[in-house]
Formats: sequence, structure tokens, C-alpha cells
Amino acid sequence: MGDGGVEAAYIPPLLEVMDLSLEFRTRSGTVHALQGINLSVERGETVGIVGESGSGKSVLSFAILRILDASARVTSGTVSFAGMDMLAASEHALREVRGREISMIFQNPRTALNPIRRVGKQIEDVLGTHTSTLRADMKQRAIEALAGVRIPDPERRYHAYPFELSGGQCQRVMIALALACSPQLLIADEPTTGLDVTTQAAIMTLASGLARERRMATILITHDLALASEYCDRIVVMHAGHVVETAPTAELFRHPRHPYTARLIASTPGPTQGIDTLSSIPGNLPDLRRGDLPSCRFHARCDRAKDDCVSRPLPSLPVRCLYPL
Amino acid sequence: MNATLRHVRYVATENPVTLGAFLLFSFFVLLALLGPWIAPYDALASNTEAALKPPSAAHWFGTDSLGRDILSRIVVAARLDFGIAVSAVAASFAIGSALGALAGFFGGWADRIIGRVADTIMAFPLFVLAMGIVAALGNTVANIVLATAIINLPFYIRVARAEVNVRRNAGYVEAARLAGNSDLRVLALHVFPNVLPPMMVQISLNMGWAILNAAGLSFIGLGVRPPQAEWGIMVAEGATYIISGEWWVALFPGAVLMLAVFTFNLLGDGLRDIMDPRMRT
Repeated sequence: MGDGGVEAAYIPPLLEVMDLSLEFRTRSGTVHALQGINLSVERGETVGIVGESGSGKSVLSFAILRILDASARVTSGTVSFAGMDMLAASEHALREVRGREISMIFQNPRTALNPIRRVGKQIEDVLGTHTSTLRADMKQRAIEALAGVRIPDPERRYHAYPFELSGGQCQRVMIALALACSPQLLIADEPTTGLDVTTQAAIMTLASGLARERRMATILITHDLALASEYCDRIVVMHAGHVVETAPTAELFRHPRHPYTARLIASTPGPTQGIDTLSSIPGNLPDLRRGDLPSCRFHARCDRAKDDCVSRPLPSLPVRCLYPL
Repeated sequence: MNATLRHVRYVATENPVTLGAFLLFSFFVLLALLGPWIAPYDALASNTEAALKPPSAAHWFGTDSLGRDILSRIVVAARLDFGIAVSAVAASFAIGSALGALAGFFGGWADRIIGRVADTIMAFPLFVLAMGIVAALGNTVANIVLATAIINLPFYIRVARAEVNVRRNAGYVEAARLAGNSDLRVLALHVFPNVLPPMMVQISLNMGWAILNAAGLSFIGLGVRPPQAEWGIMVAEGATYIISGEWWVALFPGAVLMLAVFTFNLLGDGLRDIMDPRMRT
């Protein structure tokens, strides 16, 4: 972006998803996995996407990178990243973006690293794919990347195989891999699932610290509301392939407006709360293969639902509810 | 490099069977390389006065019907038998694993076509197929290699396909795609190396079969021809003398053949342990 423009031009967000709908055509029917998704991420911003399993969080992140199963069809909408139309871009152009401009880390860091390649070499692979680092500098750059994620004794760890590292260290290596090419956007898909609590905190602090240092935008996908509240500027709540609410973190927790958000917050255990007083959300996600999905996909589980929730079109964000709290 | 050598030593000392297999294998390799120079006699020189002599100090394994020294012929034949087995296995490994990996990775029509090709080859009795190929194309060493490579192809296709298929959606494959690697690059750089350890076992077992196959073809008169020294022919030539009591003519080449196959079967596990870094603890 050029600085010192004369007119106070509208600066588009780094990532803008507009009205994205996506379905999977499977043998047992068409799964309407995402519908009318709107999401924008500004430069340097940390956005949390929360929602229960199956709400479409991960599908959305893969759709942004356009890494989709052969059965997936984008039926409407646009994804633009830094001015580039991701849904229309060539496979070659997408490969340039993946790993260089947008990186991703995910759960189970152990399985996300190639088991028979030394971790240092794996970092060099990424550098070799996306940068013009000289062969002679590769090793030094890889060791620096390991040192950057606070891995003790990086010269020695450079030669380690993934199975020789702990889960937390593997995730640090994943972060080093993801950040090796200084991307503008990091998508962290449940990055701390499968790690113990102290490691979780260390990994999140590391990732958010690095993001701030580099002015890198982050999308944190999680079902852990407490985690999202701690590290995100803004939270997007997803349910059954819809974005139901978006709000700045503090506001969302102080005053949730969508009934689903409210129930989700109420069902997060606190330190002073016994298990018997913890509320839960009744019912399950609707079957997304149904042809006659109701206009609000939460209505069957919602205690505020009225008859017209099934048919009347929903208002647009920030709260997609006809009868918000 | 140093670490690799240390690892080889570790695997060898950890398991005495592996160590034994490696020693036997090196022994056969030496025979194949140095055969003509270390054989005590000329493998082709006949000496009718010394025909069908039992094992003695002069001829450790005895002599055959033309008075040729059996030990020398066994030693010299190692190069031919190993050469056939190694080149046949190398060819079927290169082609079979590439086809199998493509089938397993991309699925769809590639998988269907390659799978049917493998099934078609497997539908024949393999030795008969090899006989047919050599009979049709002509009795040359190159055709024995070709026939052996073709009948071994389905095994590589199947192993590679299965092993690649289970790794197709592994986390690190997804991660490699997300890092901007093309499909072929992901397959070649990230999936295929992970498939090599189990393939190693297949290669080693296959070497044994390939040697048996080459010997078998020669035994029935296809393939290498007399007076060329080859283990299969030597067994075939000796077979007629077993009844009349000259057991050594067939026994020694047969025993060496068996030992070679045995060596390869044992070698497989050791090779896999060396290829797999997870064994380095």
C-alpha cells in the first residue's frame, strides 16, 4: 500500500470473504457446509473464529487458501486477499500465496511434520520454495527460525527428527515453518489442541508475540472461548456453516447478542463453577444435507425461536438473529 | 554421514541376524565383483579325464560331467545371477513404485487403470508368464531381466499404492500443500521418502525371487544357455546325475542358490531399520 496518498482512500482489509457459500457433493447428499459467510481481517489484527465441532471453521480456513476436496463446490461469494481474487486465481498463483503470504498451523503438530525429515531441513524446504535464500545461508536461516520460536539449543535441534521432540516443541517448529517467509496472515487452526495447559499458554504467547512484532494478521480458530478471549481483538462466532455474530472481544463477552453466543459463553466452565451448574446447549447441529434448511440454523436449539425464524431472511452481521438478546 | 554409518553399525550389532545377513550379502557381492579372479579354475575349461569327480582337496565341490570345476563355476556365476536379479528388481522398483505412488496419491482414473494393469499381470501364473515372455522375445539375458521385471511389477505397484494411499491425507502432506507445494512435489519430496522403508523389505524379498526366477528359467532351458556358468543351469545339468549317485553336481549350486535367496529374505528387515530414522534412538 502506497503511503502519503492524497485522498483518504478506502483501504480494503487484508482478507475479505464476502457471501461465501460452499457445499460438498457426497454420495449421501449435498452438504451445505458454508452459507453466506462474511469475514474480514485487517492488517495486524487477531480474529478468533469460535464454534462447536462441525460448524465449518476449518472448512472456511481451507476455502480461504482454496485447498478443497474434489467434492467441494463454491456456489457463491468471493475471497480476496491483499487485492487478489483467491477463488479465480490460477493454481500457480495460489501456490505463491500459500506458505509465503498466508501460512497455517494446526492441531496435532506431531503429525503435521514429516516424520522422516530433520526439522531443520523442513524449514529449508519452505525457504527454498518461496525465497531466494542462497544455499549457503539456508542452514543459518533455519537455525535463526528455530531460535525465533525460542527453541533451546537450535543448532542441535536443527538435526532433530520430529519424533525426538515434544509436542510443544513440534508446534514451535510448525510456527517457525509457518513464519519462515514472513507471511501477512497466519491461520492457526486449533493450535493448542492436544497440548497440555502450560504448553498451550507458552505457544499462544509465543504466537501472539511474534504476530505483534511482525504486524501480522492472525485468524485463531478454536472452540476454546477462554483462549479466544485472551488473544483476539475480535471474535467471529460460527454455527452450522453460518457466521452468527461478530463483535470486538470485550463487547462480545460483556453483551452477547446472538442466543447461540450467549449459550456458548454460559457453557464455558469457570474456576469457581461446579460441573453441575455448567449449562449446556441442547440438541445437535442440524443435518446440513437437508434440502429445506431453515433460514436460521440454530432455531431448533434456541429457546427464543419463533415460527418465522424458519422462513424469514436473517438480518446481516453483526448479529444474524431476528430476535437478538 | 557419520551419523548414518553409526546408525548402520547400531542396527547391525543390535540384531545378530541382520549382521549375519549383511555379512552374507557382502560375501555374495564380493563373489559377483571378483568372481573370475578368485575362481581356482577356468569355469569353462573342460577336462574329460577329471569328469564327475567327487569333492576332493583339488576340487572342493567336485567336477561335473565335462570335468569342469563346480566351485569355480559357482563363483563365476554369481555375477550373472546377481546382475540379472539386481537389474530386474531395479527396473520393477523404479517403474512399479512410480506407478503405484501415482495411483495411490491421485486415485481416480489413474488408480483404476494402473490397478487393472497390475491385476492383469497377476492373473497369469507368474512363472509361466515369464516363460512366455522369454520364449516369445528370445533367449537372451536382457529378455530374462525384462521378464523378471514385468512379473515383479505388480508387487511394487501394490505396496507403493497402499503405502502412499494411507499417507495421502497425513498432516504433513496437508501442511506441505498449505506451504505452497505442488501435488507432484508433495508426492516426491514428502510422501515417497516415507514409503521407502516398507518398500525396502519388498525390494529385498524380491531379489530372492528374482534370482530364483532367473535360475528357474535357465533350469527349464529358457534363458541363459550352456556352457555359460549359471546356478540354474548347473542344477539342471546335475539333476540327471543325482540318480546315478553324483549328488555334488546339483547339490552345491542348489545350496548356494538357496543361501542367496535366504540372505535377501533376512536382509529386508535390516535395510528397513536403516532407512527409517525412527529406529535411530
